[in-house]
Amino acid sequence: MVRRASVRRDMNIWRRLDMASRYVWPAAFTISGLLLIGVPLGLPGLAALRPAYVMACVYFWSLYRPVSMPAPVVALTGLLLDLLGMSPLGMWAVLLLLLQGATLVSRRRLVTWSFKLNWTAFSGFAAVVSLLAWGLQSALELRALPWLPLVVQMFMAFGVYPLLAWIFIKAHRGAAAVELA
Amino acid sequence: MIRLSVPFRQALSRLTLPVMLVLSLGAVLIGRADQGLADRLRGVLDDVLAPAYALVTAPVVALEHGSGVVGHLFSLEAQNQQLRAETAKLLQWQSVAMALEAQNDALKTALNYTPSPMPVFFTANVVADLGGIYARSVLVSLPPGLTQSGANVVGAIAMDGRGVAGRVVEAGDRSARVLLITDLNSRIPVALGVHGLPALMAGTNGADPSLLYWAPGKPPAEGDMVLTSAEGGVFPPGLPVGVVHYDAQNDPVVLPLADIDGLRMVRLFCYPSNQPVLAPEHDTPRTAAKSHRKH
Repeated sequence: MVRRASVRRDMNIWRRLDMASRYVWPAAFTISGLLLIGVPLGLPGLAALRPAYVMACVYFWSLYRPVSMPAPVVALTGLLLDLLGMSPLGMWAVLLLLLQGATLVSRRRLVTWSFKLNWTAFSGFAAVVSLLAWGLQSALELRALPWLPLVVQMFMAFGVYPLLAWIFIKAHRGAAAVELA
Repeated sequence: MIRLSVPFRQALSRLTLPVMLVLSLGAVLIGRADQGLADRLRGVLDDVLAPAYALVTAPVVALEHGSGVVGHLFSLEAQNQQLRAETAKLLQWQSVAMALEAQNDALKTALNYTPSPMPVFFTANVVADLGGIYARSVLVSLPPGLTQSGANVVGAIAMDGRGVAGRVVEAGDRSARVLLITDLNSRIPVALGVHGLPALMAGTNGADPSLLYWAPGKPPAEGDMVLTSAEGGVFPPGLPVGVVHYDAQNDPVVLPLADIDGLRMVRLFCYPSNQPVLAPEHDTPRTAAKSHRKH
């Protein structure tokens, strides 16, 4: 009994709060970042970064801490992305959930991979999702959208992942680590 | 809290993703069936976000405007002097303008002049860039009490200091979305050059909108001024838009006058909706018949 008490520290309110804040860190970061990208800093085309950013968030956290990136949060993020941008309602929610599903299915293999391999895997996933987004939006709006932004988005996803992963790996070991609370 | 058995909880956690996927597909279908729903949701979201964005954007703007706020304090006295001098000069001009306006009115009366509609205009801050990869739009915060004054903000024309930047496509109580002229969905009837040759300016998602449907045999000339045209009844005539430029042969584009990528503040011009309608109104006989039946 005594030993057990020493292993399980008492759950006082502060520890609970600490755990909760660590638990919601990935979702909070994803959504607040999504909103902050809109602040006009005078950089042209900054808003086009949103889908690439969200895909990187969903991929990373579904891979390393799926408990902190539950499906409802992913769906909500997708809806927010659709409402902020002018894409058809619910389209990005579907695509992000598909991305999460694909990541979760191949998770056991991906977790063991090195960073560079994961980067490649994410770029592949992001390219497929971007292509699907292009196809879906073209179909829903009944016209062929230009393909150049699609290529730009693929490169953005490729470029933004290392930077985000650098932040996320630190958070994974610190600010978002529920087990350290 | 309800205690659930472990297998049941596992099954539940496995089911969340498919259930959310189905719900999202449902959202896509509902969005297709009711086109206005997404617009209404966007309006609500924009109204919630606009004050927050305004808060975040304010320091960015303060930093931009001449290297810090503290620096301005030292030159306050000098600025006051300058402003006083300018006010005195402007007051002189005001009396000149009033005299000229009276003269102008008298001359117009003599000519039986039909006035062009006077727009109500106000200034709005651009608080967020809300584009996507296939969309170019910005969020502006509206001054309070605007909806009470009855101004119809949807359809208002947004101009920065130099030219047309876009049109308001959605408006809430506190915020409005401006679809920029570079957006893929933007189609603006324009008049080219001194003769006002008609053409259509279409956004291409790139920096410079392209020109379509110009009169055959009369291609737009390089350097021609592009003004809005009243054709279609959406835009008032004669607002400056840009200058014609050829990137490639037979591919004229418009170089916008407005600084589309660096919009900070726009003027929104709300034109009265009682402009003469050119299309025949279909509703009138039906309502007349209805009122006849009532009697």
